Amino acid sequence: MTDTHYDRAPGDISISADADRRTPPDVGIYTIGLALAVILTATSFWVANTSLLWPPGVALGLVVLAIAQMGVHLVFFLHITTGPDNTNNVLALAFGVLIVLLVVIGSLVIMTNLNDSMMPPSELMNLHMQH
Amino acid sequence: MNLLGKLSWSAIPFDQPIVMGASGGMILGIVFVLGLVTLKGYVPYLWREWITSVDHKRIGVMYLVLAMLMLLRGFSDAIMMRAQLAVAAGGAQGYLPPEHFDQIFSAHGTIMIFFVAMPLVIGLMNFAVPLQLGIRDMAFPTLNSVSLGLTASGILLTNVSLFIGEFAKTGWVAYPPLSELQFSPGVGVDYYLWSLQISGVGTLLTGINFVTTILKTRAPGMSYMRMPVFCWTALASNLLIVAAFPVLTAALSMLLLDRYLDFHFFSVDAGGNAMMYVNLFWVWGHPEVYILVLPAFGIYSEVSATFSGKPLFGYRSMVAATMVICVLAYTVWLHHFFTMGASANVNAFFGVASMIIAVPTGVKIFNWLFTMYGGRVRFTVPVLWTIGFMVTFVLGGLTGILLAVPPVDWQMHNSVFLVAHFHHVIIPGVVFAAFAGYTYWFPKAFGFKLDERWGRRAFWCWFIGFHVAFMPLYVLGLMGMTRRLQHYDVLAWHPWLLVAAAGVAIIFAGIVCQIVQLVVSIGAREELRDVTGDPWNGRTLEWSTASPPPAWNFAVLPRVAERDAYWTMKRLARAKQGEPAQAREYSAIELPNSSAIGLVTAFFAVVGGFALIWHIWWMAAFGVFGAFVALIVFAFRDEDEVEIPAERIGQFERMHKAEVTL
Amino acid sequence: MNIAAVIEEAEVHHDTASNAGEAGPAPKRIVVAYGFWIFLLSDIVMFSALFAAYAVLARATAGGPGGAELFNQTSVAIETACLLASSYSCGLMALAIGSRRRGGTYLFALVTFVLGAAFLALELREFSDMIARGATPQSSAFLSAFFTLVGCHGLHVTAGLIWLAVMMAQLAIKGLRANVERRLICFSLFWHALDIVWVWLFTVVYLMGVHA
Repeated sequence: MTDTHYDRAPGDISISADADRRTPPDVGIYTIGLALAVILTATSFWVANTSLLWPPGVALGLVVLAIAQMGVHLVFFLHITTGPDNTNNVLALAFGVLIVLLVVIGSLVIMTNLNDSMMPPSELMNLHMQH
Repeated sequence: MNLLGKLSWSAIPFDQPIVMGASGGMILGIVFVLGLVTLKGYVPYLWREWITSVDHKRIGVMYLVLAMLMLLRGFSDAIMMRAQLAVAAGGAQGYLPPEHFDQIFSAHGTIMIFFVAMPLVIGLMNFAVPLQLGIRDMAFPTLNSVSLGLTASGILLTNVSLFIGEFAKTGWVAYPPLSELQFSPGVGVDYYLWSLQISGVGTLLTGINFVTTILKTRAPGMSYMRMPVFCWTALASNLLIVAAFPVLTAALSMLLLDRYLDFHFFSVDAGGNAMMYVNLFWVWGHPEVYILVLPAFGIYSEVSATFSGKPLFGYRSMVAATMVICVLAYTVWLHHFFTMGASANVNAFFGVASMIIAVPTGVKIFNWLFTMYGGRVRFTVPVLWTIGFMVTFVLGGLTGILLAVPPVDWQMHNSVFLVAHFHHVIIPGVVFAAFAGYTYWFPKAFGFKLDERWGRRAFWCWFIGFHVAFMPLYVLGLMGMTRRLQHYDVLAWHPWLLVAAAGVAIIFAGIVCQIVQLVVSIGAREELRDVTGDPWNGRTLEWSTASPPPAWNFAVLPRVAERDAYWTMKRLARAKQGEPAQAREYSAIELPNSSAIGLVTAFFAVVGGFALIWHIWWMAAFGVFGAFVALIVFAFRDEDEVEIPAERIGQFERMHKAEVTL
Repeated sequence: MNIAAVIEEAEVHHDTASNAGEAGPAPKRIVVAYGFWIFLLSDIVMFSALFAAYAVLARATAGGPGGAELFNQTSVAIETACLLASSYSCGLMALAIGSRRRGGTYLFALVTFVLGAAFLALELREFSDMIARGATPQSSAFLSAFFTLVGCHGLHVTAGLIWLAVMMAQLAIKGLRANVERRLICFSLFWHALDIVWVWLFTVVYLMGVHA
């Protein structure tokens, strides 16, 4: 009984017992991941501090870079691939990402909307003061 | 530094006779049962076979026992509330002062949702899912035991609040600013928060356990589309648990930080935003009701197919509807606070989404109807609960569609119309399903059926009693009665509340019937004995085992070739009748070892939780540290499996030849 | 009626198992790692709720200092470098475990531990500096949210370090048994996930906070 008919465990670059000539995982994949992550991180810091970019674009740029960094971690450190033996892992991840997006974006939209309907703080303080 | 934190003799409410009576009764009951068990020498058996068991069947039964006990407590809260409102009309104050009444409706909701409905559903899933999947146990059996222990800890803490201190007076949702320290300085809200945090961890671990079990450990040949529908609904429900409970943990943690460390998440000053609690609470709260109702729908699928003698109609659409509900459950939560002040566009989006989510549920109702149509329906007690559900739930769901319209909700929000609606869906939805599942799987768990006659009486009492208790609330809501009122001035409401109180009495009769049913069934167990392992002519794999199944469930894991695996096997066996039976070769089976870690974790959770509630810091540290040490000791254990020798398996199979069909 | 004769033994036949779901229960290594993966996703959802709270309260400074005044980018950069490097060394540890090199496992575990501890030390210093300047979590909703979100991540890192230490003790006492290896796989999943959470933390909280 081999592993080939089962999914891969998340985080594994496991070699099946009957695989032939498959090169074992090596330091290279982690080193490439580290190098990419360093580049992306440094770019994030630069984007946040530079005056060369249009200010509203900075936030978007940071988000894009964060997504890229997350991708680097998933692919190079956690060995997530799109192969058929990884489907369950990818699906679980996708479900998690969906929930995160719903929670964060949903909450932001709702709370901003609610806050907009609230009285301005200064008037609220006035109400507080009146006994 | 006070060694006992906030705890002192004044925590015990000597001056409240009702509370003292209830506490005294509860303590006497516990002492009596414990004493009886000890004197009769059952302790070693209970320790070995139940408390340290990591067997999913045992754990499932224990969840159900906890749930049924807490149903009694939650229901007595209901009796007290209806009795109070039946008398507190006009100038009358009734017999429950407001501080007490507020604790009662808060405890009623908290107990019913967290400590009755959740354990009922989780217990039934625990018992049935591994058997239906054709496997020996859950993916993580010991973790399962820890989950049970943590749920029991939450239950114990909530019950302790009855006689040491108080419970929350904020309602079961505990909105700030009322639940902040400033406006709830007592320990009540802390009991609520820590009970839920502790049992919440247990529930989350259960969710992880089931998702992994269903996705990764099914029997050979059981592809996704050959799984019983109950397993699909269990999968969807547990995915929701994994997705939703962490949000509750975060929200309650923020409230705890506000109360304990003077943070400002939800405070009225320093920029706090109480509305955010409401938002985050319901991000959890709406998926929670689907966590409860999806497995219930699964039970109805199993029951309707089995007792119609036909496969479930529309399996694919059932699966699709289940997974669609799973995703949509996460897109409707704002309908719980339409009135909090969001703009019309936001309200409209969530209103429309709340209507859309009714569509897959409608698909399911039609599928159950078409399953029964053209079948030879046997009107057993589980089928009565199912039909009662279909008739009642559809109406309750319709009132939900009404409330999904924001302008209507603006009139009805926080009136007893809302109270009627959610009881109108959750009682037929979840409670009836639990009773159906309890009756359906009881013979598998214990080897004998439940008495049919008392079961029918219980059903009719519940069905009639439910309608008498809750239909008046719709009228009252439209007349303007708010929820959570301890007394009222509008005399026109009084007759309706009297009717509602009568309804509760009828439901009480139903519960009495269920208790009598159990006693009578145990007494008549030899006549009711299940000798074939398949008392209902079932379709799914759990019916292919002995009643009760051995610890290893299946001597040989079944190889599944089709949906309704057991039905197929029976058909094939009939075709092959007359052929000589082949001798079977059994091999030894390794089962996970029993462990006390569930109980130990529960102990430290209770100690730590109680200490945190009363600000006894040294004891809290002891609780946390003790749990940590227990975990380390457990992690270093060497013997984690026990081997069942092949001879013992063969012996069991031969003894139960009539029942075992694999 | 003896149906037993009809049912085959549940052996896995390579030729008949066409997809992963048909082959029967997966090996323990996969089951345990997948279960832990699901737990990690639930943890990420919890972080997302804390993130949502932070995002809502980011401007609620109650007249007090905001991110731009309080955050020290150099410290954050060094913390990021420490955590990223520790993720790398954790990967190297996983390779050592895979090739059964005990010495390499201990070495890279130690490196991971030291880097993680350095991260924590810097973060604690950052917190105590802020508190010394009067920016306590009790001062404003923004600060409550900040300390909770970043502090929760720090608590996870702390738990991870304790876990790593216990795992090294287990490795020394029990050797590289199957269950020890499974737990180490879970640890490295945990550690990498923490770095992913940190990516979002330093982007959204610190970089966007400073920029605003």
